[in-house]
Amino acid sequence: MKQEQFIAAHETQWQRLEAWLERRSPKRQSVSDKASPAEFAALYRQTCQHLALARTRLYSPHLINRLNRLVLESHQIMYGERRNLFKAMARYVLVDFPVRVRQKWRLVLLGALLFYVPFVGMITAIQLNPDMVYTVMDGATLRKLEYMYNPENRETVGRDWDRQADADLMMFGYYVKNNTGIGFRTFASGLIFGLGTVFVVLFNGLYIGAAAGHLTQIGYNETFWGFVAGHSALELNAIVLSAAAGLQLGFALIAPGRRTRLRALREEAREALKLMYGAAGMFILAAMVEAFWSPLSWVPINVKYGAGLAMWGFVLMYFLLGGRRRAAG
Amino acid sequence: MIDTLRTVQTPEGIDLHLPVAGLVPRSLAWLIDALIRLLIYSGLATVLLVFGDTGAGLFLLAAFVVEWFYPVLFEVLRDGQTPGKRSYGIKVLHDDGTPIGWSASLIRNLLRVVDFLPIMYGFGIASIMLNRDFKRLGDLAAGSIVVYRDTPLPVPKLSVSRSSRPPFPLNLDEQQAIMAFAERSPGLTRERAEELAQLTGPLVTNNPRAIETLYSYAKWLSGDQQAEPARQSTPADTRDSGEAA
Repeated sequence: MKQEQFIAAHETQWQRLEAWLERRSPKRQSVSDKASPAEFAALYRQTCQHLALARTRLYSPHLINRLNRLVLESHQIMYGERRNLFKAMARYVLVDFPVRVRQKWRLVLLGALLFYVPFVGMITAIQLNPDMVYTVMDGATLRKLEYMYNPENRETVGRDWDRQADADLMMFGYYVKNNTGIGFRTFASGLIFGLGTVFVVLFNGLYIGAAAGHLTQIGYNETFWGFVAGHSALELNAIVLSAAAGLQLGFALIAPGRRTRLRALREEAREALKLMYGAAGMFILAAMVEAFWSPLSWVPINVKYGAGLAMWGFVLMYFLLGGRRRAAG
Repeated sequence: MIDTLRTVQTPEGIDLHLPVAGLVPRSLAWLIDALIRLLIYSGLATVLLVFGDTGAGLFLLAAFVVEWFYPVLFEVLRDGQTPGKRSYGIKVLHDDGTPIGWSASLIRNLLRVVDFLPIMYGFGIASIMLNRDFKRLGDLAAGSIVVYRDTPLPVPKLSVSRSSRPPFPLNLDEQQAIMAFAERSPGLTRERAEELAQLTGPLVTNNPRAIETLYSYAKWLSGDQQAEPARQSTPADTRDSGEAA
Protein backbone atom coordinates (compact mmCIF):
# COMPACT_ATOMS: atom_id res chain seq x y z
CA MET A 1 0.00 0.00 0.00
CA LYS A 2 1.36 3.39 -0.90
CA GLN A 3 1.66 6.07 1.70
CA GLU A 4 -1.10 8.28 0.37
CA GLN A 5 -3.57 5.42 0.22
CA PHE A 6 -2.55 4.50 3.74
CA ILE A 7 -3.17 8.02 4.96
CA ALA A 8 -6.47 8.22 3.15
CA ALA A 9 -7.61 4.97 4.74
CA HIS A 10 -6.75 5.93 8.34
CA GLU A 11 -6.73 9.69 8.52
CA THR A 12 -10.16 9.88 10.18
CA GLN A 13 -9.07 7.54 12.99
CA TRP A 14 -5.96 9.59 13.70
CA GLN A 15 -7.98 12.75 13.74
CA ARG A 16 -10.41 11.24 16.23
CA LEU A 17 -7.55 10.19 18.45
CA GLU A 18 -6.03 13.65 18.15
CA ALA A 19 -9.36 15.21 19.06
CA TRP A 20 -9.62 12.88 22.07
CA LEU A 21 -6.16 13.83 23.28
CA GLU A 22 -6.90 17.49 22.66
CA ARG A 23 -10.06 17.39 24.75
CA ARG A 24 -8.33 15.57 27.55
CA SER A 25 -4.94 17.14 27.97
CA PRO A 26 -5.29 20.81 28.95
CA LYS A 27 -7.10 20.52 32.24
CA ARG A 28 -7.11 16.78 32.70
CA GLN A 29 -10.84 16.79 33.15
CA SER A 30 -12.63 13.54 32.90
CA VAL A 31 -14.28 13.34 29.53
CA SER A 32 -18.00 13.77 29.65
CA ASP A 33 -18.69 11.41 26.79
CA LYS A 34 -18.99 8.00 28.43
CA ALA A 35 -18.24 5.88 25.38
CA SER A 36 -14.92 7.66 24.92
CA PRO A 37 -12.51 5.62 27.07
CA ALA A 38 -13.38 2.41 25.25
CA GLU A 39 -13.10 4.15 21.94
CA PHE A 40 -9.80 5.62 23.05
CA ALA A 41 -8.37 2.19 23.81
CA ALA A 42 -9.39 0.91 20.41
CA LEU A 43 -8.04 3.95 18.60
CA TYR A 44 -4.81 3.70 20.53
CA ARG A 45 -4.22 0.07 19.59
CA GLN A 46 -5.07 0.71 15.95
CA THR A 47 -2.67 3.63 15.84
CA CYS A 48 0.02 1.44 17.38
CA GLN A 49 -0.46 -0.97 14.55
CA HIS A 50 -0.38 1.84 12.00
CA LEU A 51 2.87 3.09 13.46
CA ALA A 52 4.42 -0.35 13.21
CA LEU A 53 3.26 -0.66 9.61
CA ALA A 54 4.43 2.82 8.71
CA ARG A 55 7.87 2.03 10.12
CA THR A 56 8.35 -1.28 8.37
CA ARG A 57 7.02 0.10 5.11
CA LEU A 58 9.36 3.07 5.45
CA TYR A 59 6.74 5.67 4.91
CA SER A 60 7.88 9.25 5.06
CA PRO A 61 9.49 10.44 8.29
CA HIS A 62 6.84 13.09 8.66
CA LEU A 63 4.07 10.54 8.87
CA ILE A 64 6.08 8.31 11.20
CA ASN A 65 6.76 11.27 13.49
CA ARG A 66 3.14 12.17 13.65
CA LEU A 67 2.11 8.61 14.51
CA ASN A 68 4.94 8.31 17.03
CA ARG A 69 3.72 11.44 18.76
CA LEU A 70 0.12 10.19 18.80
CA VAL A 71 1.16 6.85 20.25
CA LEU A 72 3.46 8.48 22.81
CA GLU A 73 0.77 10.81 24.13
CA SER A 74 -1.83 8.07 24.24
CA HIS A 75 0.62 5.73 25.92
CA GLN A 76 1.11 8.27 28.69
CA ILE A 77 -2.60 8.48 29.33
CA MET A 78 -3.04 4.73 29.11
CA TYR A 79 -0.28 3.88 31.59
CA GLY A 80 -0.15 6.99 33.80
CA GLU A 81 -0.30 6.56 37.57
CA ARG A 82 -3.58 7.38 39.23
CA ARG A 83 -4.17 6.73 42.90
CA ASN A 84 -6.28 7.95 45.74
CA LEU A 85 -3.69 9.97 47.60
CA PHE A 86 -5.53 10.31 50.90
CA LYS A 87 -6.37 6.65 51.14
CA ALA A 88 -2.78 5.77 50.38
CA MET A 89 -1.56 8.20 53.04
CA ALA A 90 -3.87 6.79 55.70
CA ARG A 91 -2.76 3.27 54.93
CA TYR A 92 0.84 4.36 55.01
CA VAL A 93 0.57 5.88 58.48
CA LEU A 94 -1.46 3.03 59.95
CA VAL A 95 0.24 0.06 58.34
CA ASP A 96 2.96 0.45 55.77
CA PHE A 97 5.35 2.74 57.62
CA PRO A 98 5.76 0.75 60.87
CA VAL A 99 5.78 -2.51 58.90
CA ARG A 100 8.56 -1.22 56.69
CA VAL A 101 10.60 -0.01 59.66
CA ARG A 102 10.42 -3.52 61.15
CA GLN A 103 11.19 -5.10 57.80
CA LYS A 104 14.33 -2.97 57.48
CA TRP A 105 15.32 -3.46 61.12
CA ARG A 106 18.94 -4.19 60.29
CA LEU A 107 19.38 -0.84 58.57
CA VAL A 108 17.41 0.93 61.28
CA LEU A 109 19.57 -0.69 63.95
CA LEU A 110 22.72 0.31 62.12
CA GLY A 111 21.44 3.88 61.78
CA ALA A 112 20.52 3.92 65.47
CA LEU A 113 23.99 2.72 66.48
CA LEU A 114 25.64 5.30 64.23
CA PHE A 115 23.63 8.00 65.94
CA TYR A 116 23.15 6.97 69.56
CA VAL A 117 26.63 5.57 70.24
CA PRO A 118 28.46 8.84 69.54
CA PHE A 119 25.56 10.72 71.18
CA VAL A 120 25.77 8.85 74.48
CA GLY A 121 29.55 8.58 74.20
CA MET A 122 29.93 12.34 73.89
CA ILE A 123 27.62 13.04 76.82
CA THR A 124 29.62 10.63 78.99
CA ALA A 125 32.97 11.95 77.82
CA ILE A 126 32.02 15.51 78.72
CA GLN A 127 30.98 14.49 82.24
CA LEU A 128 34.45 13.00 82.69
CA ASN A 129 36.36 15.73 80.90
CA PRO A 130 34.39 18.96 80.28
CA ASP A 131 36.88 20.21 77.69
CA MET A 132 35.79 17.47 75.30
CA VAL A 133 33.00 19.78 74.16
CA TYR A 134 35.55 21.88 72.26
CA THR A 135 36.29 18.99 69.93
CA VAL A 136 33.09 19.76 68.00
CA MET A 137 32.02 23.27 69.08
CA ASP A 138 33.77 26.60 69.27
CA GLY A 139 33.48 29.14 72.09
CA ALA A 140 30.98 31.43 70.39
CA THR A 141 28.54 28.62 69.65
CA LEU A 142 28.91 27.44 73.20
CA ARG A 143 28.12 30.85 74.67
CA LYS A 144 25.00 31.10 72.51
CA LEU A 145 23.98 27.64 73.68
CA GLU A 146 24.48 28.54 77.33
CA TYR A 147 22.45 31.70 76.85
CA MET A 148 19.59 29.74 75.29
CA TYR A 149 19.25 27.35 78.20
CA ASN A 150 20.28 29.60 81.08
CA PRO A 151 17.68 29.11 83.85
CA GLU A 152 17.67 32.88 84.39
CA ASN A 153 16.10 33.34 80.95
CA ARG A 154 13.26 30.94 81.66
CA GLU A 155 10.80 32.85 79.51
CA THR A 156 12.78 32.37 76.32
CA VAL A 157 14.37 29.01 76.86
CA GLY A 158 15.54 27.29 73.70
CA ARG A 159 15.95 30.61 71.87
CA ASP A 160 18.90 32.86 71.52
CA TRP A 161 17.01 36.15 71.74
CA ASP A 162 14.46 37.84 73.98
CA ARG A 163 11.13 37.55 72.26
CA GLN A 164 8.19 35.37 73.01
CA ALA A 165 4.92 36.54 71.46
CA ASP A 166 4.68 35.32 67.86
CA ALA A 167 7.95 33.51 67.91
CA ASP A 168 6.36 30.05 68.20
CA LEU A 169 5.17 30.00 64.61
CA MET A 170 8.44 31.38 63.42
CA MET A 171 10.35 28.68 65.26
CA PHE A 172 8.01 26.10 63.75
CA GLY A 173 8.93 27.31 60.27
CA TYR A 174 12.57 27.30 61.21
CA TYR A 175 12.53 23.77 62.64
CA VAL A 176 10.64 22.37 59.66
CA LYS A 177 13.00 23.93 57.14
CA ASN A 178 16.17 23.17 59.03
CA ASN A 179 15.56 19.73 60.52
CA THR A 180 13.63 18.20 57.64
CA GLY A 181 16.29 19.57 55.32
CA ILE A 182 18.95 17.79 57.36
CA GLY A 183 16.91 14.60 57.11
CA PHE A 184 16.64 14.89 53.33
CA ARG A 185 20.37 15.51 53.03
CA THR A 186 21.14 12.55 55.29
CA PHE A 187 19.10 10.37 52.94
CA ALA A 188 20.41 11.81 49.67
CA SER A 189 24.06 11.67 50.60
CA GLY A 190 23.69 7.89 50.95
CA LEU A 191 24.14 7.89 47.19
CA ILE A 192 27.89 8.33 47.79
CA PHE A 193 28.17 4.65 48.73
CA GLY A 194 26.57 5.42 52.09
CA LEU A 195 29.53 7.51 53.18
CA GLY A 196 27.66 10.80 53.17
CA THR A 197 24.97 9.37 55.41
CA VAL A 198 27.47 7.87 57.82
CA PHE A 199 29.28 11.18 58.10
CA VAL A 200 26.14 13.28 58.62
CA VAL A 201 24.71 10.92 61.24
CA LEU A 202 27.92 10.49 63.17
CA PHE A 203 28.47 14.22 63.19
CA ASN A 204 24.94 14.95 64.34
CA GLY A 205 25.26 12.36 67.08
CA LEU A 206 28.51 13.95 68.33
CA TYR A 207 27.20 17.49 68.03
CA ILE A 208 23.88 16.96 69.76
CA GLY A 209 25.66 14.83 72.35
CA ALA A 210 28.15 17.64 72.97
CA ALA A 211 25.37 20.18 73.49
CA ALA A 212 23.48 17.87 75.84
CA GLY A 213 26.63 16.82 77.69
CA HIS A 214 27.85 20.36 78.18
CA LEU A 215 24.52 21.73 79.44
CA THR A 216 24.20 18.78 81.83
CA GLN A 217 27.72 19.25 83.06
CA ILE A 218 27.19 22.94 83.89
CA GLY A 219 23.90 22.05 85.60
CA TYR A 220 21.26 23.47 83.24
CA ASN A 221 19.37 20.20 83.54
CA GLU A 222 15.83 21.42 83.98
CA THR A 223 15.84 23.93 81.19
CA PHE A 224 17.62 21.73 78.68
CA TRP A 225 16.18 18.30 79.30
CA GLY A 226 12.77 19.82 80.03
CA PHE A 227 12.86 21.61 76.69
CA VAL A 228 13.97 18.67 74.57
CA ALA A 229 12.03 15.90 76.35
CA GLY A 230 8.81 16.37 74.36
CA HIS A 231 10.13 16.30 70.82
CA SER A 232 13.23 14.18 71.29
CA ALA A 233 11.55 10.85 70.54
CA LEU A 234 10.25 12.07 67.19
CA GLU A 235 13.21 14.12 66.12
CA LEU A 236 16.09 11.83 67.05
CA ASN A 237 14.37 8.77 65.62
CA ALA A 238 13.51 10.66 62.45
CA ILE A 239 17.26 11.22 62.03
CA VAL A 240 17.83 7.51 62.59
CA LEU A 241 15.24 6.58 59.95
CA SER A 242 16.67 9.08 57.44
CA ALA A 243 20.00 7.42 58.06
CA ALA A 244 18.50 3.97 57.50
CA ALA A 245 17.05 5.18 54.17
CA GLY A 246 20.39 6.68 53.15
CA LEU A 247 22.21 3.48 54.12
CA GLN A 248 19.77 1.53 51.98
CA LEU A 249 20.91 3.58 48.97
CA GLY A 250 24.52 3.01 49.95
CA PHE A 251 24.14 -0.75 50.32
CA ALA A 252 22.42 -0.95 46.93
CA LEU A 253 25.71 0.27 45.45
CA ILE A 254 28.07 -1.60 47.78
CA ALA A 255 26.31 -4.96 47.76
CA PRO A 256 23.80 -5.08 44.90
CA GLY A 257 23.52 -8.88 45.08
CA ARG A 258 22.53 -10.55 41.84
CA ARG A 259 21.55 -7.29 40.19
CA THR A 260 23.47 -4.66 38.32
CA ARG A 261 24.33 -1.71 40.53
CA LEU A 262 22.06 0.53 38.50
CA ARG A 263 19.12 -1.79 38.85
CA ALA A 264 19.74 -2.30 42.55
CA LEU A 265 19.97 1.45 43.08
CA ARG A 266 16.73 2.05 41.25
CA GLU A 267 14.81 -0.58 43.20
CA GLU A 268 16.26 0.33 46.57
CA ALA A 269 15.75 4.08 46.04
CA ARG A 270 12.06 3.45 45.58
CA GLU A 271 11.98 1.33 48.73
CA ALA A 272 14.07 3.78 50.73
CA LEU A 273 11.74 6.59 49.81
CA LYS A 274 8.99 4.75 51.66
CA LEU A 275 11.02 5.20 54.85
CA MET A 276 11.69 8.83 54.02
CA TYR A 277 8.01 9.77 53.75
CA GLY A 278 7.57 8.71 57.35
CA ALA A 279 10.80 10.30 58.53
CA ALA A 280 9.75 13.62 56.96
CA GLY A 281 6.37 13.36 58.69
CA MET A 282 8.12 12.74 62.01
CA PHE A 283 10.37 15.78 61.51
CA ILE A 284 7.32 17.95 60.94
CA LEU A 285 5.50 16.56 63.98
CA ALA A 286 8.65 17.06 66.04
CA ALA A 287 8.84 20.66 64.82
CA MET A 288 5.27 21.24 65.99
CA VAL A 289 6.02 19.87 69.46
CA GLU A 290 9.30 21.74 69.65
CA ALA A 291 7.75 25.05 68.63
CA PHE A 292 4.46 24.97 70.53
CA TRP A 293 4.93 22.64 73.50
CA SER A 294 8.58 22.52 74.46
CA PRO A 295 9.02 26.28 75.20
CA LEU A 296 5.98 26.54 77.52
CA SER A 297 7.64 27.76 80.70
CA TRP A 298 4.60 27.42 83.00
CA VAL A 299 4.37 23.65 82.57
CA PRO A 300 5.89 21.89 85.61
CA ILE A 301 9.11 20.09 84.81
CA ASN A 302 7.76 16.72 85.84
CA VAL A 303 4.87 17.02 83.40
CA LYS A 304 7.38 17.74 80.65
CA TYR A 305 9.48 14.72 81.57
CA GLY A 306 6.31 12.64 81.76
CA ALA A 307 5.14 13.81 78.34
CA GLY A 308 8.57 13.08 76.92
CA LEU A 309 8.58 9.55 78.32
CA ALA A 310 5.05 8.98 77.03
CA MET A 311 6.17 10.13 73.61
CA TRP A 312 9.12 7.72 73.63
CA GLY A 313 6.77 4.94 74.69
CA PHE A 314 4.32 5.82 71.96
CA VAL A 315 6.96 6.01 69.23
CA LEU A 316 8.52 2.69 70.26
CA MET A 317 5.14 0.95 70.50
CA TYR A 318 4.14 2.38 67.13
CA PHE A 319 7.19 0.90 65.44
CA LEU A 320 7.03 -2.38 67.31
CA LEU A 321 3.33 -3.07 67.04
CA GLY A 322 1.89 -0.69 64.43
CA GLY A 323 0.02 -2.33 61.57
CA ARG A 324 0.70 -5.92 62.66
CA ARG A 325 -2.89 -7.05 62.40
CA ARG A 326 -3.69 -5.17 59.20
CA ALA A 327 -0.51 -6.30 57.49
CA ALA A 328 -1.19 -9.93 58.33
CA GLY A 329 -4.81 -9.73 57.20
CA MET B 1 22.27 6.21 14.02
CA ILE B 2 23.93 9.42 15.10
CA ASP B 3 21.26 11.08 17.15
CA THR B 4 19.82 10.94 20.63
CA LEU B 5 16.68 8.95 20.04
CA ARG B 6 16.09 6.48 22.81
CA THR B 7 13.81 3.56 22.03
CA VAL B 8 11.38 2.06 24.52
CA GLN B 9 8.91 -0.68 23.84
CA THR B 10 5.29 -0.43 24.89
CA PRO B 11 3.12 -3.38 25.90
CA GLU B 12 1.54 -3.12 22.46
CA GLY B 13 4.88 -4.11 20.93
CA ILE B 14 5.45 -0.67 19.50
CA ASP B 15 8.78 1.10 19.76
CA LEU B 16 8.46 4.65 20.99
CA HIS B 17 11.24 7.01 20.03
CA LEU B 18 12.11 9.49 22.75
CA PRO B 19 14.48 12.31 21.83
CA VAL B 20 16.68 12.70 24.93
CA ALA B 21 17.58 16.23 26.02
CA GLY B 22 21.20 17.05 26.81
CA LEU B 23 23.15 19.25 29.15
CA VAL B 24 22.59 22.65 27.57
CA PRO B 25 18.79 22.90 27.42
CA ARG B 26 18.60 21.31 30.86
CA SER B 27 21.04 23.77 32.38
CA LEU B 28 19.21 26.70 30.82
CA ALA B 29 15.89 25.36 32.05
CA TRP B 30 17.41 25.00 35.52
CA LEU B 31 18.59 28.61 35.34
CA ILE B 32 15.11 29.85 34.49
CA ASP B 33 13.67 27.81 37.35
CA ALA B 34 16.30 29.24 39.68
CA LEU B 35 15.28 32.76 38.68
CA ILE B 36 11.61 31.95 39.19
CA ARG B 37 12.38 30.55 42.63
CA LEU B 38 14.30 33.69 43.46
CA LEU B 39 11.28 35.74 42.43
CA ILE B 40 9.01 33.58 44.58
CA TYR B 41 11.32 33.98 47.57
CA SER B 42 11.53 37.74 47.23
CA GLY B 43 7.80 38.05 46.58
CA LEU B 44 7.01 35.99 49.67
CA ALA B 45 9.55 37.91 51.72
CA THR B 46 8.12 41.31 50.84
CA VAL B 47 4.57 40.21 51.61
CA LEU B 48 5.11 38.01 54.67
CA LEU B 49 7.92 39.71 56.53
CA VAL B 50 5.61 42.67 57.16
CA PHE B 51 3.77 40.46 59.63
CA GLY B 52 6.63 40.07 62.08
CA ASP B 53 7.46 36.69 63.54
CA THR B 54 4.25 35.07 62.31
CA GLY B 55 5.11 36.14 58.78
CA ALA B 56 8.67 34.94 59.22
CA GLY B 57 7.37 31.54 60.28
CA LEU B 58 5.12 31.31 57.24
CA PHE B 59 7.98 32.47 55.05
CA LEU B 60 10.26 29.74 56.37
CA LEU B 61 7.58 27.11 55.77
CA ALA B 62 7.01 28.37 52.23
CA ALA B 63 10.74 28.49 51.61
CA PHE B 64 11.00 24.88 52.74
CA VAL B 65 8.30 23.85 50.29
CA VAL B 66 9.84 25.80 47.41
CA GLU B 67 13.33 24.54 48.17
CA TRP B 68 12.46 20.85 48.11
CA PHE B 69 9.17 20.47 46.27
CA TYR B 70 9.06 23.14 43.58
CA PRO B 71 10.29 20.76 40.87
CA VAL B 72 8.33 17.80 42.24
CA LEU B 73 4.99 19.59 42.23
CA PHE B 74 5.48 20.94 38.73
CA GLU B 75 6.77 17.68 37.32
CA VAL B 76 3.96 15.57 38.67
CA LEU B 77 1.07 17.97 38.29
CA ARG B 78 2.13 19.80 35.12
CA ASP B 79 2.95 16.93 32.83
CA GLY B 80 6.65 16.56 33.60
CA GLN B 81 7.47 20.21 33.08
CA THR B 82 8.70 22.90 35.42
CA PRO B 83 8.29 26.39 33.95
CA GLY B 84 11.95 26.35 32.92
CA LYS B 85 11.58 22.99 31.20
CA ARG B 86 8.44 24.19 29.48
CA SER B 87 10.22 27.18 28.03
CA TYR B 88 12.87 24.92 26.53
CA GLY B 89 10.37 22.35 25.30
CA ILE B 90 11.68 19.52 27.48
CA LYS B 91 9.94 17.30 30.00
CA VAL B 92 10.65 14.49 32.46
CA LEU B 93 9.31 10.98 31.93
CA HIS B 94 9.89 7.60 33.49
CA ASP B 95 12.43 5.92 31.27
CA ASP B 96 9.76 3.55 29.98
CA GLY B 97 8.02 6.55 28.49
CA THR B 98 5.20 6.83 31.01
CA PRO B 99 4.54 10.13 32.76
CA ILE B 100 6.61 10.80 35.86
CA GLY B 101 4.97 9.89 39.18
CA TRP B 102 5.41 11.04 42.76
CA SER B 103 8.06 8.60 43.87
CA ALA B 104 10.35 8.95 40.87
CA SER B 105 10.05 12.72 40.92
CA LEU B 106 10.78 12.84 44.65
CA ILE B 107 13.82 10.60 44.26
CA ARG B 108 15.31 12.57 41.39
CA ASN B 109 14.78 15.86 43.17
CA LEU B 110 15.91 14.79 46.65
CA LEU B 111 19.06 13.27 45.18
CA ARG B 112 19.72 16.60 43.47
CA VAL B 113 21.69 17.30 46.66
CA VAL B 114 24.31 14.78 45.54
CA ASP B 115 24.24 15.89 41.90
CA PHE B 116 25.04 19.36 43.19
CA LEU B 117 28.28 18.16 44.84
CA PRO B 118 31.14 19.05 44.96
CA ILE B 119 30.18 22.44 43.55
CA MET B 120 27.73 23.68 40.92
CA TYR B 121 26.35 20.30 39.87
CA GLY B 122 29.79 18.77 39.37
CA PHE B 123 28.63 15.17 39.83
CA GLY B 124 25.42 15.76 37.91
CA ILE B 125 27.22 17.22 34.91
CA ALA B 126 29.81 14.45 34.90
CA SER B 127 27.02 11.90 35.03
CA ILE B 128 25.09 13.55 32.19
CA MET B 129 28.19 13.59 30.01
CA LEU B 130 29.08 9.97 30.71
CA ASN B 131 25.62 8.54 30.27
CA ARG B 132 24.17 7.86 26.86
CA ASP B 133 20.72 8.92 28.01
CA PHE B 134 22.05 12.13 29.60
CA LYS B 135 20.96 11.09 33.08
CA ARG B 136 22.22 12.77 36.18
CA LEU B 137 22.60 10.66 39.31
CA GLY B 138 19.07 11.45 40.46
CA ASP B 139 17.73 10.28 37.11
CA LEU B 140 19.71 7.03 37.38
CA ALA B 141 18.23 6.26 40.78
CA ALA B 142 14.71 7.37 39.91
CA GLY B 143 14.58 5.73 36.49
CA SER B 144 13.63 9.01 34.88
CA ILE B 145 14.68 10.61 31.65
CA VAL B 146 14.49 14.14 30.25
CA VAL B 147 13.25 14.32 26.68
CA TYR B 148 12.25 16.91 24.15
CA ARG B 149 8.55 17.40 23.94
CA ASP B 150 7.60 16.71 20.35
CA THR B 151 5.71 19.47 18.73
CA PRO B 152 3.73 18.67 15.61
CA LEU B 153 5.59 19.67 12.47
CA PRO B 154 3.69 21.60 9.85
CA VAL B 155 2.66 19.33 7.01
CA PRO B 156 5.14 19.81 4.20
CA LYS B 157 3.66 20.87 0.93
CA LEU B 158 5.50 19.60 -2.09
CA SER B 159 5.71 22.58 -4.36
CA VAL B 160 5.68 20.54 -7.54
CA SER B 161 2.53 19.26 -9.10
CA ARG B 162 4.38 16.93 -11.43
CA SER B 163 5.10 13.41 -10.34
CA SER B 164 7.63 11.35 -12.21
CA ARG B 165 9.00 7.91 -11.88
CA PRO B 166 12.65 7.49 -10.96
CA PRO B 167 14.74 6.28 -13.89
CA PHE B 168 15.68 3.04 -12.12
CA PRO B 169 14.33 1.09 -9.08
CA LEU B 170 15.41 2.44 -5.71
CA ASN B 171 15.81 0.45 -2.55
CA LEU B 172 13.81 1.40 0.53
CA ASP B 173 16.52 3.43 2.24
CA GLU B 174 16.93 5.50 -0.89
CA GLN B 175 13.21 6.03 -1.22
CA GLN B 176 12.99 7.22 2.31
CA ALA B 177 15.96 9.54 1.91
CA ILE B 178 14.34 11.19 -1.10
CA MET B 179 11.04 11.64 0.71
CA ALA B 180 12.79 13.08 3.73
CA PHE B 181 14.61 15.46 1.44
CA ALA B 182 11.36 16.64 -0.13
CA GLU B 183 9.78 17.16 3.26
CA ARG B 184 12.64 18.93 4.93
CA SER B 185 14.48 20.87 2.25
CA PRO B 186 12.05 23.85 2.23
CA GLY B 187 13.68 24.74 5.55
CA LEU B 188 17.16 24.86 3.97
CA THR B 189 18.79 27.50 1.87
CA ARG B 190 18.57 27.00 -1.86
CA GLU B 191 22.32 26.40 -2.07
CA ARG B 192 22.37 23.75 0.63
CA ALA B 193 19.38 21.98 -0.88
CA GLU B 194 21.11 22.00 -4.23
CA GLU B 195 24.26 20.60 -2.68
CA LEU B 196 22.31 17.80 -0.98
CA ALA B 197 20.40 17.05 -4.16
CA GLN B 198 23.66 16.60 -6.05
CA LEU B 199 24.67 13.88 -3.58
CA THR B 200 22.11 11.55 -5.13
CA GLY B 201 24.54 11.14 -8.03
CA PRO B 202 23.12 9.20 -10.96
CA LEU B 203 19.54 10.33 -10.23
CA VAL B 204 20.34 13.92 -11.12
CA THR B 205 23.43 13.74 -13.34
CA ASN B 206 23.69 16.85 -15.50
CA ASN B 207 20.29 17.95 -14.34
CA PRO B 208 20.05 21.72 -13.79
CA ARG B 209 16.79 21.35 -11.89
CA ALA B 210 17.98 18.68 -9.49
CA ILE B 211 15.82 19.79 -6.56
CA GLU B 212 12.58 19.84 -8.54
CA THR B 213 13.40 16.48 -10.06
CA LEU B 214 13.86 14.94 -6.64
CA TYR B 215 10.59 16.50 -5.50
CA SER B 216 8.77 14.91 -8.39
CA TYR B 217 10.30 11.52 -7.56
CA ALA B 218 9.24 12.01 -3.96
CA LYS B 219 5.73 12.72 -5.05
CA TRP B 220 5.72 9.60 -7.19
CA LEU B 221 7.14 7.54 -4.33
CA SER B 222 4.55 8.75 -1.87
CA GLY B 223 1.86 7.19 -4.02
CA ASP B 224 0.83 9.79 -6.59
CA GLN B 225 1.69 7.68 -9.59
CA GLN B 226 -0.68 8.87 -12.28
CA ALA B 227 -1.48 5.72 -14.19
CA GLU B 228 1.97 4.25 -13.73
CA PRO B 229 1.61 0.68 -12.49
CA ALA B 230 2.82 0.25 -8.93
CA ARG B 231 5.89 -1.91 -9.09
CA GLN B 232 8.06 -0.65 -6.34
CA SER B 233 7.35 -1.85 -2.89
CA THR B 234 5.55 -5.13 -2.77
CA PRO B 235 4.96 -6.50 0.72
CA ALA B 236 7.82 -8.94 0.16
CA ASP B 237 10.27 -6.06 -0.28
CA THR B 238 9.23 -4.37 2.86
CA ARG B 239 9.41 -7.44 5.00
CA ASP B 240 12.89 -8.38 3.90
CA SER B 241 14.51 -5.04 4.38
CA GLY B 242 13.27 -4.48 7.89
CA GLU B 243 13.68 -1.21 9.65
CA ALA B 244 15.91 1.42 8.15
CA ALA B 245 18.77 2.76 10.17
